[in-house]
Parts: sequence; structure tokens; C-alpha cells
Amino acid sequence: MIAEAGLAALWLAAALALLQLVLVVFGLAGRKEELLGAVRPVAVSQGLLTLLAFLSLILLFLRSDMSVMLVVTNSHSMKPWLYKFAGTWGNHEGSMLLWVTVMGAAGSAVALFERALGRSTHMATLGAQAAISLGFYAFLLFSSNPFARIDPPAADGEGLNPLLQDPGLAFHPPTLYLGYVGLSVAFSFALGALLTRQVDAAFARAMRPWVLAAWVMLTLGITAGSYWAYYELGWGGWWFWDPVENASLMPWLAATALLHSVTVLATRDALRAWTVMLAVIAFSMSMVGTFLVRSGILTSVHAFAVDPERGTFILALLAIYIGGAFALFGWRIGAVREGAPFELVSRETMLVVNNLLLSVILGLVLIGTLYPLLTEAFGHKVSVGAPYFDRMAGPLALVLMIAMAAGPLTRWRRDRFRAVAGRLLIPAAVAFVALALVVALAWGRIGILPLAGLVIAAAAAVGSVAPLWKRNLRRTPLFTWGMVIAHLGCAVSLGGMASDSAFTVEKLAAARPGDTIEMAGWTLRFTRIMPIAGDNWTALQADMTASRDGGGAVELHPQSRFFASPPTTTTEAALLTRWNGQLYVVLGQETGDGRWQVRVWWKPFVTFIWLGGIMIALGGALALVGRERRGWLMKWRARAAA
Amino acid sequence: MADEMAGEGGGMRKMLIWLPLVLFLGFFGLFASGLLKPDDRVISSKMVGRPLPAFTLPAAASDRPPLASSQLATGKPRLLNIFASWCLPCAAEAPQLMALKRAGAEIDAIAIRDARADVDAFLRRYGNPYARIGLDARSAVQIAMGSSGVPETFVIDGKGQIAYQHIGDIRADDVPMILDRLRSAQ
Repeated sequence: MIAEAGLAALWLAAALALLQLVLVVFGLAGRKEELLGAVRPVAVSQGLLTLLAFLSLILLFLRSDMSVMLVVTNSHSMKPWLYKFAGTWGNHEGSMLLWVTVMGAAGSAVALFERALGRSTHMATLGAQAAISLGFYAFLLFSSNPFARIDPPAADGEGLNPLLQDPGLAFHPPTLYLGYVGLSVAFSFALGALLTRQVDAAFARAMRPWVLAAWVMLTLGITAGSYWAYYELGWGGWWFWDPVENASLMPWLAATALLHSVTVLATRDALRAWTVMLAVIAFSMSMVGTFLVRSGILTSVHAFAVDPERGTFILALLAIYIGGAFALFGWRIGAVREGAPFELVSRETMLVVNNLLLSVILGLVLIGTLYPLLTEAFGHKVSVGAPYFDRMAGPLALVLMIAMAAGPLTRWRRDRFRAVAGRLLIPAAVAFVALALVVALAWGRIGILPLAGLVIAAAAAVGSVAPLWKRNLRRTPLFTWGMVIAHLGCAVSLGGMASDSAFTVEKLAAARPGDTIEMAGWTLRFTRIMPIAGDNWTALQADMTASRDGGGAVELHPQSRFFASPPTTTTEAALLTRWNGQLYVVLGQETGDGRWQVRVWWKPFVTFIWLGGIMIALGGALALVGRERRGWLMKWRARAAA
Repeated sequence: MADEMAGEGGGMRKMLIWLPLVLFLGFFGLFASGLLKPDDRVISSKMVGRPLPAFTLPAAASDRPPLASSQLATGKPRLLNIFASWCLPCAAEAPQLMALKRAGAEIDAIAIRDARADVDAFLRRYGNPYARIGLDARSAVQIAMGSSGVPETFVIDGKGQIAYQHIGDIRADDVPMILDRLRSAQ
């Protein structure tokens, strides 16, 4: 019954999306206010129905209903409830349902809360949102039905990929999807504004909070995914340039550029066409990413059920939406007046530099991700690895960090070059001190890119907080704090990355219980190895104690876990976090003579990578709240005055 | 002159406006060609033409004898099915194996990482087309045969050589092809 109710809700939601689109088209074309009046309630109902369908699927997973195909192929009755719950979206169909649910919810939110946008642009935006949703409803209902039954019911399920059986699954995909699909709002805004030809500062101010919200979620999702891969895969790496990771990075790069250009448009009414373009590109990147992952066209460690029919379906959606949006852009943008001009030395120019650098990095990542596909079209098989991305994107990212520090220290409209250089004196001095320190301490042991990374991180950190210099901190607006914290987060994250690649110490040892491993000032004592049992797994667990420089000992328990359904072995790394780094211990195979492979890393300041990510998201959230609160206050004062 | 420049600038702008669409069409062509190209995920087996590795396995089911590699070289081609009671595609494949048996194929099996009670229950539920079933508790024989998953089906000629390896479950439309392979292995 629940499965049928969920499916019915999904069909109804799709029908409402169609109705929403029709209402907008005829309402706007014929200027029929009575039709447009129904759009908002329809959008909200559509959002509620997707939510109902999604909750139905969660309920089916929680109850382990083995008459539903998706539950059979992705769940198991013995699984802990958290993974039954999170397993709902740990598969293709469920994650696509999450996708349309977020899209429906975002549409509802635009219908309910958007007040700043002009009436006809608002309606056109909701129409565009309905048009995009329709494609994904069709995809779900015709080729990825999550509610399909199986007759006769299975005795039990096949289980969930053990790599996914981690609390990270409950957090990472939903936040990532909120970001990914949240960008559809910016896309719809852009289409709406192109249709009504109202691209101006007011439009940018209306769009900015939606971009910020999606960007915050995307940042959190990527940060969480990176940390999850770091501790779950047991390779000690935090970013692998895997196509699926790139698929989440590319929308983030575009959204970051959009976030800055929308500010230029909102403040100075410049960069009109460019901002609209970026809004289209950001969500297009989300869709391209989805296509790359779900069509199986590129090989990735994030294995999803691969089906060429689904690939063709998503490709058709890409053609309609991205091709259509770019065609609309070409057709209509000529009618949008050029925005306000600005001087060469100005905040606007710095933000254009930021946008160009982000776009070039985005292009390089896109080329690297698609290059295997391109060469395969000509008969060669290649794979593009981390060295390409590190070498191409790394130096540009460092230049971007310098621009990031300089940008907020430059005035809007027009500034003097000497004045900007003067404000950058202190960050430059810090850079020299950092350079001297690193060269003195680590010369010969450190690569040029990590060296530059450490120096620029130090300078960018100081440059990021410089906008607060000589300001009354209590009267500094919240969104300025947001910018400062987000920029500082970038510097902190870069510092963590550079420190990890420059100073990580690794040791591979074959040890038997009773042995001691010495490394980087740490003493690791291997006490014993014993089997233990968990909810749906058994494991061999090594009991170890770690102490540093004769200090107190801390217990560590790295495991090699065996899952019965499906039969898989995973390594559970043991992590010991200190303020200045992390000790990472992995238990490997038995070597045969009673000894075990133990791999140990000491990673100085590696946690800064994710701390920085959280700061970036926090900064975005503060900026969002700050801007919105200012809007409310102004409205409240105007009402009080009247 | 100034007008000319403006015209040129306008033309430039016009071209830039359509550039994203042109780039996207290029990507689209690339995606489409990648998606439509013949699927190379069909792996041609390196084991075809080689003799089976030597093995002796204990019985996996209560009412079927155990299996040794020598019993597969009896002068008559046979099928060797690799399955497991915990594998859902194997259950989906069961009707096709029954059909092959009815068509006269002799089928032996190796159960992977399994338990006797589970295999018995599986055979009671989905039918038992097998003459002999060996238990490969640690996948050792499976790996030696170049098989990477369940289910897989091998056509073994009368001399104990592998004539064909079918990766994945046998679908209903694969049955005539398997029978052909069996006949041509004579």
C-alpha cells in the first residue's frame, strides 16, 4: 500500500508540475491574473507531494518491505536502522527521488518566500522550475521507478554496499543534493529574467539569497564527502579527482563565481549577461555531473547501477534544458542593456579576475574529466589522474587566493593602485616571514607547490581579516563578517592541504602483537589482535596504544571488517586527532608468519582542510542571515515610520 | 571608422553570446558518441581453450554428490554453473537452467561461499537442475577459473577444456545460444 501511495504521490506531483507550467504560460501570455493566482498554491502542493513520496520510500526501507525491488537490491533486514534509513538514497532510484524532492521543495520555497522579485519574473521563474522538474519526474517514473514491486517477495535483501554503511551516508548525499538541486533555483531565476528581460540590480538582490543557500549546502556536502572518503577508504587521501568528485566540484566552482558576480550586479548593476550565464552554467554543471555518474560513460569508484537507457534519457534532458537555456540566452540577452561601466583598478575588476580564474579552473577540471571520453572517441583509452589536475588547477588556485585577499581591500568603482598596494603591505610582509620560516625549517624536503601553498595561505589569512582593521567590530555588518570568515576558511583549508602534502610522514610495518612501531615522535604499541562482532559485521580488531614523546598513552582500534551481505571486507582506520594533526592507523592483511601489515600516517594540520570547509559554509550562512535580516529590519522600520 | 569599430564590437558580442550554445553542442556530440558506441564491457574470456584447473570439492548439498575436475572430462560436453544461495541473480537464472536441463544439457555446479542448509533451501525453492555440486567455501576454485562473480556458466568440452564462459545470469534469450555452444563443443 505504501509503495502504491508513494507512486501515486509522484504521478500527482508530476501532473501538478505540468499544470504549473501551463498556468504560467497561458497566464503570462494572455495576462490572465486569475490563472497566475493559482501558480503559488500549485507549486507548494507539488513540493508537499514529492515530500510524501520520499517519506513513503523511507518508510518502506525502515520496514524492510521485501516486496519492493529497490529495498531487496539495496537493503537487508539485519541492517542497523540508521543504514536502512540512509540507504533510501544510497542507490540510483532513491537518490533521483531525493533529487526531485529537493527540486519540489525548492520550488515551494520560491513560491512561499520570494517577495523581492517582480511579479511576472517570479511567475516565469516558477514556470521554469516546473519545466525542469517535469523532465526529472519523467526520468523517475519511466526509467527509474523506486516503488516497483517484486513478485514473489524476496526472503531478504542483498544488503547495502558496506562502504556506504557509515553515518556519513546520512549527511553527505542530502546536503550535496540540497546544493546541487538548490542551484536549479538560480537557473530558473535566470530563465525567468531572460523571458521578462528584467536583468538588473533588483533581480540580483532577489537571486542572491538562493544562490548563497545552495552554495552553503554544496560546500558542506563536499567537505563532508571529502572527510568521509578520507577516513572510510583507508588510503589516507582526502581528494582523488574522481569523476564523481569533479562532478560536485564543478557546480561549486560555478556557484562560487556566481556568488561573486551576483554581488557585483546587486551592488553596481554591472556584469548582467555574465551573471545570467553563470546562473545557467552552475545548474548545468549539476546536470552534467549527474549524467556522467549515472550513464556509466566514465568509470568511477562511485559505482551506481549503470544502464544505457538511463544515460540516453539524461542526455536528452541535458539537450533540452542546457541547450534550451543557452539558446534562450543567445536570443534574449541582446535585449538586456549593458550594465554600468567600471574603472580598471576597482573592486569590480578584482571580482572579474576572481570570476575568470574560477571559470578557467572549472574549464580545466571539465576538460580533465571529459578527456578520456574525447580520446576514446578517437580510439585511444587514457585515464587522467591527479597529477594533471594538481599541476593545472593548483597554481591557478594559488593566484585566486591572492586575488581573494586583495579583492575586499579594493574600493568599488575606482581605486588607486598605490593605495591598494599599501593595504597589501602587511599580508606581503607575512608572506615573506612565512617563506623564510618554511625555507629555514624544511628546505629540500618540500615541493614548490606545497611551499607556495603554505606561504600564500599565511598571507591570505592575514589579508582576509584585514577588512576588519580599524573598524568598530560591533557595528560591522554580519555579511562582512560572513565574507571575512569564508575567506579565512579558504586560507585555513589551503594551509591544511599544503601542510598535508608537505609534511605527512608514512610508515608501513609488519608487526606482531607485542611489537612497537616508532614514527615521527609517536610510539605505537601493538597489544593484541582479536575478533569482535558488530550489528551486521564481524571484524578483526587490533588493540594498540599510541603515545607521543613519552606522554600519556591513548588506545587505538583499527579494524578489518567483514560484511556478510554483500560479502565485502572494509578497513576501518583508527584516527587520533591532536590540535596539530592526525595519526591515521590502518590494519592490513596478515603476512602469514603471525605478523600483520600496519600502515601509519602522521598528518600535520590535515584537519584544517575540513575546518576551513566548515568556516567557508559558516561564512556563507552568516552572509545569508545578515542580508536577510537587514531586509527585514528595513521593512520593519518603514512600517513603523508609516 | 568609429561606426565600423562599433559594428565589429557588436559582431564580436553576438558571436560570444552564441558561443556557450556552440560549446554545449560540441559536448553533446561527444556525450552522444560515447553513449552510443558499442559496449566494450562484454569481457571476452582469457580462459577459453584452456583446461580446467584441477580441484576436488566437498558436497555443497545434502542430496547431490561432490564435484572434482576429473568428473568434467567424461567425453561429453557439460555445463558448469557457478552460483550461490545468497545471490539474487542466481535465483532469477534458475528457470533458464531448468530449461537447459529439460533440453538435455548436463549441468554441474560450484556453490561459492555457501552453507549446506542454505544451498538445500535454495534448491528446494528454485529447483535443482544439477548432477553434482561442489562447495567452494573460499572462492579459491572460482578465482583459479578466471571467474569474478556469481552467477557464471562455463561450457566444458568432453576433454575438460573450457569452451565458453558466460558472465552474469543466463537470460531466457540466451538459452538457444548456450545450447548451440554446448553442441559445437562436441
